[in-house]
Amino acid sequence: MSIASAHLEHLPRSVQFTLALALAALLLFPQVGTDFYTQMVTRMMILAIFAMSLDLLQGVTGLVSLGHAAYFGLAGYVLAFAMPPSEPVSLWWTLPLAVLGSAVGALVIGFFVVRTHGIYFIMVTMAFAQMVFYLVFDNKALGGSDGLYINFKPTLELGSWVLLDLDKKASLYYLTLGAMLLVYAFLRRLLWSPFGRALSGIRVNEHRMRALGYSTFGYKLSAFTLAGALAGLAGYLWGVQTGYVNPELMGFHMSAHAIMMVILGGMGNFAGAIVGAFSFELVLHVFKDLPRIGQVELGKHWQLWMGLFIVLVVLWAPRGLLGLIAQATLRLGRSKAS
Amino acid sequence: MDFATFLIQLLNSLQYGLLLFMLAAGLTLIFGIMGVVNLAHGSFYMLGAYLAYALSLYFNSLTLAILGGAVLAALFGLLLEWLLFRHFYHRDHLDQVLLTFGLIYIFEELRSILWGDDVHGVAIPDFLGASIPLTENLSYPVYRLFMSGVCVALALGLYLLISRTRLGMKIRAGAFNRDMTEALGVNIKLIHAVVFAMGVALAAVAGMIAAPISSVYPNMGSQVLIMCFVVVVIGGIGSVRGALISALLVGLVDTFGKILLPSVAGMLVYMLMAAVLLWKPEGLFKS
Repeated sequence: MSIASAHLEHLPRSVQFTLALALAALLLFPQVGTDFYTQMVTRMMILAIFAMSLDLLQGVTGLVSLGHAAYFGLAGYVLAFAMPPSEPVSLWWTLPLAVLGSAVGALVIGFFVVRTHGIYFIMVTMAFAQMVFYLVFDNKALGGSDGLYINFKPTLELGSWVLLDLDKKASLYYLTLGAMLLVYAFLRRLLWSPFGRALSGIRVNEHRMRALGYSTFGYKLSAFTLAGALAGLAGYLWGVQTGYVNPELMGFHMSAHAIMMVILGGMGNFAGAIVGAFSFELVLHVFKDLPRIGQVELGKHWQLWMGLFIVLVVLWAPRGLLGLIAQATLRLGRSKAS
Repeated sequence: MDFATFLIQLLNSLQYGLLLFMLAAGLTLIFGIMGVVNLAHGSFYMLGAYLAYALSLYFNSLTLAILGGAVLAALFGLLLEWLLFRHFYHRDHLDQVLLTFGLIYIFEELRSILWGDDVHGVAIPDFLGASIPLTENLSYPVYRLFMSGVCVALALGLYLLISRTRLGMKIRAGAFNRDMTEALGVNIKLIHAVVFAMGVALAAVAGMIAAPISSVYPNMGSQVLIMCFVVVVIGGIGSVRGALISALLVGLVDTFGKILLPSVAGMLVYMLMAAVLLWKPEGLFKS
């Protein structure tokens, strides 16, 4: 299946309805879930923001980046350096700073990578992300292989009024939910803007776009930078939640997982990226928690199940879960009509 | 740096570059001819190293282990091609990336189940165990020279195979125009299977001959995979000649970078890649 045909830019009614139900469930969840599951869903939402940011490149513009985790991790590191060891600092300036850090990183690397195409783009994004990884990994001053601790949650205050106390798990949950919804609304709006249409055009046929007078280099670089900035937002929240950053956040596996999330949900419409991030984390959680059967601890071999799962998804559901829902309702509609 | 040290480092960089070439050649051939991007290529390197470890214990001889391991790796490649890769030649690069990423997980876990997660050493055979003295206290191990020799021989063999034999002619024709070649009665599916198996075997042999000096450890494939990507990008995808020159270049920059500029050594190779991309976005030798 080509990238061009694997899209659901207009979400069918059935999918919209399912998403609305899921949103209601998300709003209510901290009231019923335990701390453990509240934290887990918070992590899923953070990864959903990360996956949506990649979808802007992968699904909309047709640029498959295998190094997107670099910008996710960068923002986490900016937060780690901005947070002094003795007292908390405000979110009002650390968040924009972290997002800006990721955006600048993406702009600089993007300047080199967006001039490449297809398979070169895949390899080069991966190689540059690895460069950032080793820069941090090899330098003790940047935390080295051990990573850095973030001792406090940033404060969120207006004057002396505390808007949200992020030490409370539910507060962080709602902040993340709000961020995810904002990013989703922004990207959906962007998708139908002239800028978004130009990006879709680049995916379908870049040569034709250039013949029409679009500077595709500028468009692609803007998309790459914007995607890096949004990945930075996710990375910042990740740093806030875990209180810890390490080079693995920028690693190859993190980047590949993001690609998998976008594919799993269905790409090019952002809703799929959210669904994919939730499903991927859920599947990973289930595999790691598999019971022991006889002598064999199934959960210990989660990499094997994950690998088989990925291979099976690629073989049988390349349009993702939303694609399956849309297909099923289409079939249902047809059988009713006949 | 005196001359003896320089010579040793030069030989080391040559040996590292040639080893990278063995891996990058398979990667670039598989891409150039079948259009498949293969993230699991590093896993074949790891597989080779673990085969060398297991078979050298079984045969009590590294030479026999390498010969046996190469055959096993090629058979494994044929099986993998027939089961999975064959169905992905015409699919999107994105699907290929995911398929081969899934395979990395599978191979890594199978390795853990078969051989555990410990670091293992592989003994250098006795007849290659000597060192050549260069000065009073500097010497160069014969085994590293042997490694370079094997790589050069295989590179030469690969060149002769592709440019001088009937099979090579069919491979080149298939890469140029698949449908036309098939219409002329060449069994292109068989050609693809052979090329894939060859790529796997090359990577595995690289892992096997590297095993005695690098030792054998989990995840050893991923770091080497990314270096191979850099080599292939610099050389130009699909070009074996480009891969050779770029691998030697990367070997030089990496080895001498570690001595002359240790603080940025990890990044130097990537900077080289960035520079080449600015100058020639499709690599030095686009095929």
